[in-house]
Amino acid sequence: MTDQRELPIPTPETKHFWEGTKVGELRLQRCQECSKHYFPPRHFCPGCGSKKTVVFKASGYATLYSYVISHIPAPGIKPPYAIAVAKLEEGPKMMCNILNCDQTPEALVLDMPLKVIFQKVSDEITLPQFEPK
Amino acid sequence: MKRNSIAIVGAAETTDLGRIPNMSQVQLHADAALNAIEDAGLKISDIDGVATAGHNAVEIAHYLGIIPSWLDGTSVGGCSFMLHVNHAAAAIHAGLCKTVLITHGESGKSQQGRFGRPIFPSLFQQQFERPFGATIPPTMFPIPVLRYMKDYNLKEDQLAMVSVVQREWAGRNPRSTFKDPITTADVLNSKMICYPFRLLMCCLVTDGGGALILTKAERAKDHPQKPVYIRGFGESGETPLISQMDDFTSSAAFRTSGKNAFKAAGINHNDVDHLMIYDAFAHLPIYGLEDLGFVKPGEAGNFIADGNTRPGGSLPVNTNGGGLSYMHSGMYGMYALQEGVRQMRGIAPAQINGANISVVHGVGGMFGAAGTVVMSNNDQD
Repeated sequence: MTDQRELPIPTPETKHFWEGTKVGELRLQRCQECSKHYFPPRHFCPGCGSKKTVVFKASGYATLYSYVISHIPAPGIKPPYAIAVAKLEEGPKMMCNILNCDQTPEALVLDMPLKVIFQKVSDEITLPQFEPK
Repeated sequence: MKRNSIAIVGAAETTDLGRIPNMSQVQLHADAALNAIEDAGLKISDIDGVATAGHNAVEIAHYLGIIPSWLDGTSVGGCSFMLHVNHAAAAIHAGLCKTVLITHGESGKSQQGRFGRPIFPSLFQQQFERPFGATIPPTMFPIPVLRYMKDYNLKEDQLAMVSVVQREWAGRNPRSTFKDPITTADVLNSKMICYPFRLLMCCLVTDGGGALILTKAERAKDHPQKPVYIRGFGESGETPLISQMDDFTSSAAFRTSGKNAFKAAGINHNDVDHLMIYDAFAHLPIYGLEDLGFVKPGEAGNFIADGNTRPGGSLPVNTNGGGLSYMHSGMYGMYALQEGVRQMRGIAPAQINGANISVVHGVGGMFGAAGTVVMSNNDQD
């Protein structure tokens, strides 16, 4: 087991996202035609196909939509740890870990409010994570 | 496409199942293929179409000495073989080939000659899921379940009942990996893998393979086995990312595939005598029963706990013991199809008497894809 978690390798359509996390911004995209907020990043709207989209800074507020608590050893992450899905205030869902919280079913209550927190894991990559609000 | 115009005339699994360290993955494909070809009363040279998943279809064809006129390498996870059945039926119908061999072989346990992943890596998974530790099926597939449990008040012991019922079926099957009965307490006291999933709610990891041979139904009389007709089929896909599944309590791929299969087959739920729902984890039969429309959303936990899917129940499900107790090499769909064929031929170890229609439903990836095949043992419309 290596001591480093697998790091994202940014691609052209996701560059703005990973540049955002480095400066403490959670960036989503919005379609100017149909107003859909979407994630993961794409250069067009997955709702209507329009290329008229803008990047915007999300509020960082979310709720705990679902999760598991893994007891399986993973590179760079000490079990047991929650692999969660945050439902962002703007609508999209995003996978994350829940930091600054016991990794137990008692502490991790579905629909509890979360806020984004940025975890620097290398010079290039800062992960968007969530903690209880 | 006309119902029942294509038939499965050959079907077999590898000679052994479970732990097969003396065979490479390609060998497992070939062992199953040769068994199925013999079952169909054919020679290798009779095969002009080849389909497989998790492996280059060209390598399988070459290994067997076949120069095919039709190839399908659709590889969308464990339900790929359901999709192959669908594609093969369409290809035969269109005249692209006459006799298709679909193979599966996977050295899941022994890792003999198993290179790479059986499903294509996903761009977004690499960036937006794997960094959070969601790297193997137990850390991904169960992620929606707590949402389901809260929204529909499903209890852990109801989830555990899925494993208990599967084991009851497995106890009737001499080839099952695990046969000893288990209780919900056994399941709920087994090792925690990924909360709320415990060891006995997760599939096995084994070696094995299987193969099918399809041809036009009008040629079925030339083959020694009772033909099993393809009455209808469906397939679909939603997302390779479990976090981006639209509804955590229901699979869009399941619903689309199932609806199309039932429509194509011209059947309703009361017509189904036997059902296979790919059970990589204990929640799959729950989602499957609901998304295929056998019960309403939120009802499947009670439906299973009440005994409807167990031996003697009104709707026998996963009669081979399933991926939880029979075998699971990694892409289990082929074994679900094999059990559907056995039930339609009337030769299953836990045979459902009088069964005429079997629905075999598979999942690919983590609710990523789906394939549904409706089989019948008669060609009446």
